[in-house]
Amino acid sequence: MIRTPLRPLARVLEARAKGENPDAIERENLRLRHEEMRDRARLRAEGRLLVLGVLFICAFTMVGARMALLAATEPTEPRASAAGSDILALRADIVDRHGRVLATNLETFSLYAQPPQMIDPEHAATELARIFPDLDRERLVRDFTGSRKFLWIKRRLSPEQKQAVHDIGDPGLLFGPRDMRLYPNGTLAAHVLGGASFGREGVHAAEVIGVAGVERQFDEQLRDPARASEPLELSLDLTVQAATEEVLLGGMRMLNAKGAAAVLMDVHTGEVISIASLPDFDPNDRPAPPTQGRPDDSPLFNRVVQGVYELGSTFKIFTVAQALELGMVNPETIVNTQSPMTWGRHRISDFRNYGPELSVSKVIEKSSNVGTARLAIDIGAERQREFLGQLGLLEVTGFEMVESRGGRPLLPPRWSELSTMTISYGHGMSATPLHLAAAYATIVNGGTRVSPTLLKQTGPQYGPRVISEKTSAQLRRMLRLTVSQGTASFGEVKGYAVGGKTGSADKPRIDGRGYEKEKVLATFAATFPAHDPKYVLIVTLDEAVETSGSEPRRTAGWTAVPVAAEVIRRVAPLLGLRPEVEPAELTGITLTSN
Amino acid sequence: MRSVLFVLTACAVIGLAFWAYRENFRTQQALSTTEQLQRDIGASRARLAVLRAEWAYLTRPSRLRDLADLNFDSLGLMPMAPEQFGRIDQVAFPLEEEGLLPITDVIEVSNMGEQP
Repeated sequence: MIRTPLRPLARVLEARAKGENPDAIERENLRLRHEEMRDRARLRAEGRLLVLGVLFICAFTMVGARMALLAATEPTEPRASAAGSDILALRADIVDRHGRVLATNLETFSLYAQPPQMIDPEHAATELARIFPDLDRERLVRDFTGSRKFLWIKRRLSPEQKQAVHDIGDPGLLFGPRDMRLYPNGTLAAHVLGGASFGREGVHAAEVIGVAGVERQFDEQLRDPARASEPLELSLDLTVQAATEEVLLGGMRMLNAKGAAAVLMDVHTGEVISIASLPDFDPNDRPAPPTQGRPDDSPLFNRVVQGVYELGSTFKIFTVAQALELGMVNPETIVNTQSPMTWGRHRISDFRNYGPELSVSKVIEKSSNVGTARLAIDIGAERQREFLGQLGLLEVTGFEMVESRGGRPLLPPRWSELSTMTISYGHGMSATPLHLAAAYATIVNGGTRVSPTLLKQTGPQYGPRVISEKTSAQLRRMLRLTVSQGTASFGEVKGYAVGGKTGSADKPRIDGRGYEKEKVLATFAATFPAHDPKYVLIVTLDEAVETSGSEPRRTAGWTAVPVAAEVIRRVAPLLGLRPEVEPAELTGITLTSN
Repeated sequence: MRSVLFVLTACAVIGLAFWAYRENFRTQQALSTTEQLQRDIGASRARLAVLRAEWAYLTRPSRLRDLADLNFDSLGLMPMAPEQFGRIDQVAFPLEEEGLLPITDVIEVSNMGEQP
């Protein structure tokens, strides 16, 4: 590059000769050189900006084009990743506490027809009617030869039926895959599981939705594809459930009962280990809800969770618990039990006359209505209501089944003194057997509130304290005495120290006027082992009658108690409880030497 | 000098193109193998689900109860009872010469045999 000299000699000499300042020439040249440098730098910067701009435009165009492409294309499964397993399971399994399957899915096929593609509709209809006897041949012919383009024939096919239809060989008969919900144990725990049916249906797939029980309660969780591989773990124990249902069914048949219910609950964790309501149904083939008759006659009715009953004398323990807790009495305090007791226009009487007075412990043992009514009067309506509320007997249980919301206790519209007295021995208010189980668990576990749950728990619930440890121990002793020498003497199971309280409540008449004479709801609320309770068992028999004696016996001591004892005998070993010798009561030790 | 450089570059391009071509085919091969494996896994899982459902169905308590009743003469099975609890020192040590019985009537439940 040729540099222009700042001070060209020729011009300087010329300027000197003219007497001008030669520095002006240098400044002029310097200015020209700077201008030239500036122009060059600017050009280069502009070029760089242009290149950068073009690069940015390219980059953003790429990003935009990629986004548009992603938005416009059909989603496909990644070909190389190791997924593919989760997509298979449409609905998560339900298992018991030891992982045994209660509900799972099975791949089956549905059958549909496209009449326009049919070759020989008459033959196809004849063959179909032969394979499926419930289909009507004439109707099929009408459908196949009419104007219909599409029709469903069967929702679910067994593999044999599918092969038979395949052998007809008509191209208009087509199969669509279906995931079917299967309950391999049949009627076992039917009320808990509920059932499932198809939601929206397409040719290639159909939604499986829960219609009742836990299937409905946890529908969203079970259908969540992200959680499809983790099964829903219930607190139920399949073996214990089966044994309970077997014994209960036997007891119900033997005692000619209309229905029966049982619930076995862990007193510390609140887990329901088995819950049975008879009669039951097969969730694989759930019957339609009843359209006539009383709803509780339907096998779909869950007596434990939905059935609100006056539970009779089993409530007496709550009255005594409160009296003990308030310090009004101790187990040896004598109560006036003169029967009948009159209150205004009403008379309260005992099943048998137990004499003019009994100790509190004996009131429970003999089940004296009069004794508990007198205690309740001293406690008062307000305090009684509050205490029953603390036990959870006044509201719905938070049990994880949709049906449990229907089991709202029935309370008297006005909690009068008479109501207080009748409620103290379990009449005048109704609750479900599940409420009773939870309240008994609270009473015997040391006095902390327990709410029933159907999900497997990791540890005990430590709810708010309702009664003291000492009161709980006194009540356990009373319950034990009731079985060892009181009304529930048939409940004795060697090695398991059963404690419990019977309740025989006359059923209210359907028309709401008074009570039936010959219809009794017999309940036995038991806990075992009584010295260190682990489980609470409630057994309820509806209209049971024991006919081995000279006259029919309907009290719980003759009906529900033997059934409950048999349940405990069968179930306790399955629960891993070793029979043990009950610790004896310490006899009073007197210091005789100094 | 320059022409040698051109020739070398051309050779490198041809070599790279051949390598890329081969890699492409190997990738396609690997992908189709993966897909086949995925299908096999899916089929195996479906089979497993069916087997599990069948197992649950065959071991349902009501069936086991009926079987125990039916074979009471040979098995003599009774419901578990409190009297059956024992102490560990009531159990005798096993005799040395008594081995396990040989396994007979094996049922093949895995699909490993179908693999090539």
